Amino acid sequence: MSLADYKGVFIFAEQVDHKFSGIAFELIGKAHDLAADLNTEVTAVVLGSGIKDMADELAAYGADKVIVVDDPALEIYRTEPYAHALASVINEYKPEIMLVGATAIGRDLGPRVSARVKTGLTADCTSLEIGDFPINPVEGKEQKHNQLLMTRPAFGGNTIATIACPDNRPQMATVRPGVMQKLEKKDGAKAEVIEYNPGFTPNNMYYEVLEVVKSVSSTVDIQAADILVSGGRGVGSPENFAILDDLADAIGGTVACSRAVVDNGWKPKELQVGQTGKTVRPKVYFAIGISGAIQHAAGMEESDLIIAINKDETAPIFDIAHIGLVGDLNKIVPELTKQIREYKAAKAN
Amino acid sequence: MKVVVCIKQVPDTAGGVQFNADGTLNRAAMLAIMNPDDKAGLEAALRLKDQYGAEVTVLTMGLPKAQDILIEAMAMGADKAILITDRVLGGADTWATSSTIAAGLRKLDYDIIITGRQAIDGDTAQVGPQIAEHLGLPVISYCQELKIDGDSVICQRQFEDRYHVVKAKMPCLVTALSELNEPRYMTPGGIFDAVDKEITVWGRADLDTLEDCNMGLAGSPTKIAKASDKVKAGEGEKVALDPDEAVKYLMGKLDEKHII
Repeated sequence: MSLADYKGVFIFAEQVDHKFSGIAFELIGKAHDLAADLNTEVTAVVLGSGIKDMADELAAYGADKVIVVDDPALEIYRTEPYAHALASVINEYKPEIMLVGATAIGRDLGPRVSARVKTGLTADCTSLEIGDFPINPVEGKEQKHNQLLMTRPAFGGNTIATIACPDNRPQMATVRPGVMQKLEKKDGAKAEVIEYNPGFTPNNMYYEVLEVVKSVSSTVDIQAADILVSGGRGVGSPENFAILDDLADAIGGTVACSRAVVDNGWKPKELQVGQTGKTVRPKVYFAIGISGAIQHAAGMEESDLIIAINKDETAPIFDIAHIGLVGDLNKIVPELTKQIREYKAAKAN
Repeated sequence: MKVVVCIKQVPDTAGGVQFNADGTLNRAAMLAIMNPDDKAGLEAALRLKDQYGAEVTVLTMGLPKAQDILIEAMAMGADKAILITDRVLGGADTWATSSTIAAGLRKLDYDIIITGRQAIDGDTAQVGPQIAEHLGLPVISYCQELKIDGDSVICQRQFEDRYHVVKAKMPCLVTALSELNEPRYMTPGGIFDAVDKEITVWGRADLDTLEDCNMGLAGSPTKIAKASDKVKAGEGEKVALDPDEAVKYLMGKLDEKHII
């Protein structure tokens, strides 16, 4: 079997408790671009138990085909039955590209599956495109076309590398949530649905889930916000985040924070932006009292407009901010909130 | 009980990132440390030693200077140390790395293998699960709590919005989160003893189950097409004004960009 026999762009549509993770739709969006370049189709693979009715939602977000593996063994995520299911789908349907979300599930499932089907896997990609490998022709070496070029940060976001997988199929990548754009939802869209079951026989690699403990959290999804009002160590105290809450309320935004704030126990980890937190790309990102260490920048530098407020004029955040205000956040932020409220009130009249 | 902990020497990106004048990363100026998640994994193993008398072996693959973290691990309390080093193993991606380490682990007895979740240089989190696949072991990734229950381990496996309490039969592989514990310090006595302990060094020839096609740069399915140290952008406008002026300036910008 030659590499050319592998066709189509596949994505793993992660679902938990019969609800898709946002990354499922983001992957379909990116797969759509890649499939257009390769003149092929987008296939979403969904694994679970009692999930047959979920295929339509994947179609609405742009999947041409949906492969459903529906089995009681897949009720709750466990590495082995999921790896067996996805590896079996790959061996049966032979995609040229297989994308998985870089989530707590995908970063466990992806490596296990890639090792099982003996191919490469590039982790935590932030950009994917079709191109040539080597990128520039090298004498005496074949330049392969229509390759997946996978770009990812490394060294804590200090370097970026573009990786190819020229001699193995599928070309596999995990993709950071919040980076790729989903397509507009088309209700009523239909995909060709294929039901497939490779059979599940428990072995030594199966483990038992004794308990599922959901974190009690009322936090919002910072990746979905158009405007983020993000605070760092410079905010000074958990109580002082109230001035950020007020600004967020006035401007219609959501509060987020840096790693230092989470490490200090001021805010929950769900609100953390950065390399070890979430990647966000809102329309407006306020970085308030955030120094902008590279770990933080890696999670927000794709924002459309970055506004930094910091009293330290040498803070690295000013290197990536579009608008930088050097000054005391305790004076600027409340005044800004007040003026935004007045402005909006005047506009409403 | 026998526990093998896989550890990696990494440049310290968390504390002291240094740049050259041209904005590229100055690797030479950065400290080489034991990867933080791996250190938490080692601490978990040492607690099994404290509690159950487990024998703890640390294993690393890297350049000869990676022996520094093996000595550190023994000074913390590890019993044995193995260094896999050979020029032909260099340039390995996660497939080749996991294949090589798995070949080393096949030469050892183990009930539990512990790796860190991910290393701070590559941040892939792939090598642990891939080792488990090569050895046919269950893998529990993202472990935030580890206990022993008879012939099984019981772990809290972390996800974004929940954790699972899972029970896996030994032998198994666990990937440790830094949140798992607070690693102990080396003790003066430990450092003294560590100097006398021998490090076992294995080269390619010692790894009899490793095939040539699965090692080093040539045995890596993924290839680097382009790599660059990220150059800082510095595109924005920066103003230092008194607060009233600053707010006025910002209001003008927010209005101009139709944000308010």
